[in-house]
Amino acid sequence: MLQSAGLKDFDWTMFFVVLIICGLGVLQIFSATHGTIWQGSWWKQLLFIAAGVLLMWLVAHIDYHALMTQVYPLYIASVVLLVVVLLVGKRAFGSTRWIAFPGGVHLQVSEFAKIAVILLVARFLTELSSEVLKLQDLLKLSAVILVPMALIAKEPDLGTALTYLPILGVGIFLAGLPWRYWTAIAVIALVVVTVGYGSLHSYQKARIVSFLDPERDPQGTGYQLIQSKIAVGAGGTWGKGVTKGSQTQLRFLPVPHTDFIFSAFAEEHGFIGVMVVMVLYFVLLMQIVQNAQTAPDRAGMYVCMGVGALLLFHILVNVGMVVGRMPVTGIPLPLMSYGGSSIWSTFLMLGLVNSVRVRRFVN
Amino acid sequence: MSFPSLEHHSDQQPLLPGKIQLRDDPKFAATKMAVFQYSAVVVFLFLVTGFWDLQIRNPEFYNERAERNRIKELPIVAPRGKILDRDGRVIVDNHSTWSLILSRENLKTEHLRQIADGLHLDYTDLYKKLQRYKNRPKYEPIIIKEELTPADMAFVEAHRDPDTFPEMETIESQRRLYPENGILAHVIGYTGEISESELDLPQYAKYNQGQIVGKTGIEREYNDTLIGVDGERQSVVDNRGRERELLGIKEAKPGRNLQLTVDLDLQVVAELALEGRRGAVVALNPQNGEVLAMASQPTFDPNKFAVRIKNADWRELTSDPGNPLLNRAIQAQCAPGSTFKPIVAIAGLETGSVDENTAFNCPGGANYFGHYYKCWATHGSVSLHKGMAQSCDSYFYGVGNKTGIDNIAFYAQQAGIGTKTGIDLPNEASGTMPSTEWKLRNFRQKWFAGETISVAIGQGAVTVTPLQLASAIGGLAAGGVWHRPHMTVAASKVEKPREWALNQENVKKIVYGMYGVVNEGGTGGRAKLPGIDVCGKTGSAQVASAEYEAAHKDVKDNAWFIGYAPCNNPEIIVAVLWENVGVHGQFAAPTARDVMKSYFDKKTRLAEAEAARVRTNPVAALNSAFLFRKLNN
Repeated sequence: MLQSAGLKDFDWTMFFVVLIICGLGVLQIFSATHGTIWQGSWWKQLLFIAAGVLLMWLVAHIDYHALMTQVYPLYIASVVLLVVVLLVGKRAFGSTRWIAFPGGVHLQVSEFAKIAVILLVARFLTELSSEVLKLQDLLKLSAVILVPMALIAKEPDLGTALTYLPILGVGIFLAGLPWRYWTAIAVIALVVVTVGYGSLHSYQKARIVSFLDPERDPQGTGYQLIQSKIAVGAGGTWGKGVTKGSQTQLRFLPVPHTDFIFSAFAEEHGFIGVMVVMVLYFVLLMQIVQNAQTAPDRAGMYVCMGVGALLLFHILVNVGMVVGRMPVTGIPLPLMSYGGSSIWSTFLMLGLVNSVRVRRFVN
Repeated sequence: MSFPSLEHHSDQQPLLPGKIQLRDDPKFAATKMAVFQYSAVVVFLFLVTGFWDLQIRNPEFYNERAERNRIKELPIVAPRGKILDRDGRVIVDNHSTWSLILSRENLKTEHLRQIADGLHLDYTDLYKKLQRYKNRPKYEPIIIKEELTPADMAFVEAHRDPDTFPEMETIESQRRLYPENGILAHVIGYTGEISESELDLPQYAKYNQGQIVGKTGIEREYNDTLIGVDGERQSVVDNRGRERELLGIKEAKPGRNLQLTVDLDLQVVAELALEGRRGAVVALNPQNGEVLAMASQPTFDPNKFAVRIKNADWRELTSDPGNPLLNRAIQAQCAPGSTFKPIVAIAGLETGSVDENTAFNCPGGANYFGHYYKCWATHGSVSLHKGMAQSCDSYFYGVGNKTGIDNIAFYAQQAGIGTKTGIDLPNEASGTMPSTEWKLRNFRQKWFAGETISVAIGQGAVTVTPLQLASAIGGLAAGGVWHRPHMTVAASKVEKPREWALNQENVKKIVYGMYGVVNEGGTGGRAKLPGIDVCGKTGSAQVASAEYEAAHKDVKDNAWFIGYAPCNNPEIIVAVLWENVGVHGQFAAPTARDVMKSYFDKKTRLAEAEAARVRTNPVAALNSAFLFRKLNN
């Protein structure tokens, strides 16, 4: 067992890529919020990032195996906290997602519960005795993931709840699932989607309808999608320049420093800026996969791939929404969107990846 | 080592404390991780092509939409020109009001009903209005209510915040202010929002949906003069419609003022004389065609049209049997009755069919073509002067019979009967002057000689408008010079009059006959004015056959009077029509007299005032003399 994680083993490529993405995020938060009531957000974000880097550093020093021994208490604590959120949580924008801590800190429990779930999935799949997943294992695993998902969906925060699926998905994919189960999952998913649509909140339905046809009600639910597309398109090749994007500055773009930050970024930095950030995200993902490939054991591989799948899903849904190719779900863009919970949970997950990485030569 | 056993693992190197057993070999999923990598590539391509599509392929499209979000253009409504009377007194004015516009870019249809309720608008009307704008660009705002009351303003101010009805905006605009009591209402007309059918007309091509244009009367005829050019305020706004930066203002260009030839003093007299009746009064100067007064009753209040007219008001106006929207002075086409006789007489004299001494016997009627035609009294032997003064039908039966319909029609048409006068008002009626050709063309029938007998006393198929009659008789009395009647000072100098070489001796005989009507115990004695030679002609025209009139109480004769003064070189001619009064035209004569009196009284008054000014001020005297010379040149 590795006694100490050496500096040279730390994933410096990932670290610098992450810092550049965060830096661009801070710049965009500054641009999108100056002159508004959120205008101090950019330095708060800097503090979040600094704290996040510290958290990542600390987690990288902890052996992920040690964390895995604690995975059931972590999981139970997460579920309990999610219940607490539903009971005494802070309500904003029509849903209850936050727990207020003394000192004005609000934490979004669903962001942190992901980490417990990633570790849980990793441990569960590592402990399997067979080469392929058995049905009862699949059902067990699905059940433990559905509990936090259901609690989050109840907030209601369907978008964040859905981010738990890729963790499960990539896990069972890697563990090896017979094709007939995949077929069964597809059928069940179809049924769930059809039946589930009926039980959605009206605002959720409206979001889906407006995603399919945003021009149908341009002032209503389609508004955000249309305005986001306008902002992105108006950015053109080179962008309008920092603090020069009219969609962002005149606030036609909704929440341009959180969920729609990439839309604001695309307006002000254009296609070139978008390409730079997309490449950075891609490098980040590939680093994570590389760390999975070089992981000392299956547990480490599952942890890294869980993190990778989660980030890929976040990027797909958030950026897809920005270009009008995904419905509005209200999930943040990792590392760029303003918000302590998102930043910290992302850095914690990257800390896990590094914890795996620095132990790769263990054998 | 493809499948390390758990035991082996724990034996060799217990990785974890406790009971957790982990399977080693992270390489077992290498292919699957590659699949994940390729999936990531696909996801990123999917996203990047999204940006490509928006930012590289269609940036102009989205940039334009961003600009439309950002830049708001609010119209600055140009005030219409004022309408003045001949002395420059204001008849139609504007006053500033606030109008409510809906910006359709952030309009929510579910708000409409509440907005309609809050502003006391009819929801269906409002909805229909929005439907009409469906094909217009979204950034074009719609005026939904003008003339906002303080209560409306309070409603707007209280509800225009972003969370309630951000689509509401107010702009200052100019509202038309028409005279009360409907004075000159028919002449001036009213304005309204341009209609779909008008938008299709070539002369309205330059106007846009929602623009306020003249709908009838002077407002319509001189719309191009009166209408201004709207300005525009261009500013940068945020998503709540708050102005962040002013980009520019294009000031509105007000419309030009329009001076009418109408004299308000005469107009008021005419309106008062008509009050409570159905009919029309037209006064014009036969020497230049200027209309001095034009009244039609019943009338309406154009102010109801100045703001969007309510459906109820519109229904009331259009279903009124008195038809208050009809401008009787130019649109009522009635048989002229005896007022037509001067025209028949001139036709008889000019063609030589009769001379002033040709006499016909009037035993209370006459027989023509096996039919007995009554006269209204027994006049004995009647020649021209007595025939005119006493309005003897028997005499004119004889003249008509001798002259023949086509000669009568020829002279009548020269005087303007049967054609529009061409006055600068929309929708003038032409009247009818029958002739053999007219009958053949319209009925494919031969003219019956008996019809001439009716036409000779202004009955039968012949119809005129009051304006037409005033113009025809006025031109005749002026010696055969017809100026096109017109309403505006600007139109006065436009064209040469229609002249026609009449034998002036014959004209004098007719004028003398009409002098007799008023001054020698004739039918128009009530038109007499002390100190002024007034000529005139009465008329009472059947509107249906005698039998029909006897059976229907509400169908009664129209009364006419046409009078002018002075007899030579007339300055004013007044035509009066009373519809369905069942009394002889002599009772309409005082109306014409009153109008003429006010004309001459005013003339005297002005002359005296000028004389007094000149007496007390030698400089003014010089100016006055200079001015007088200038005017005469």
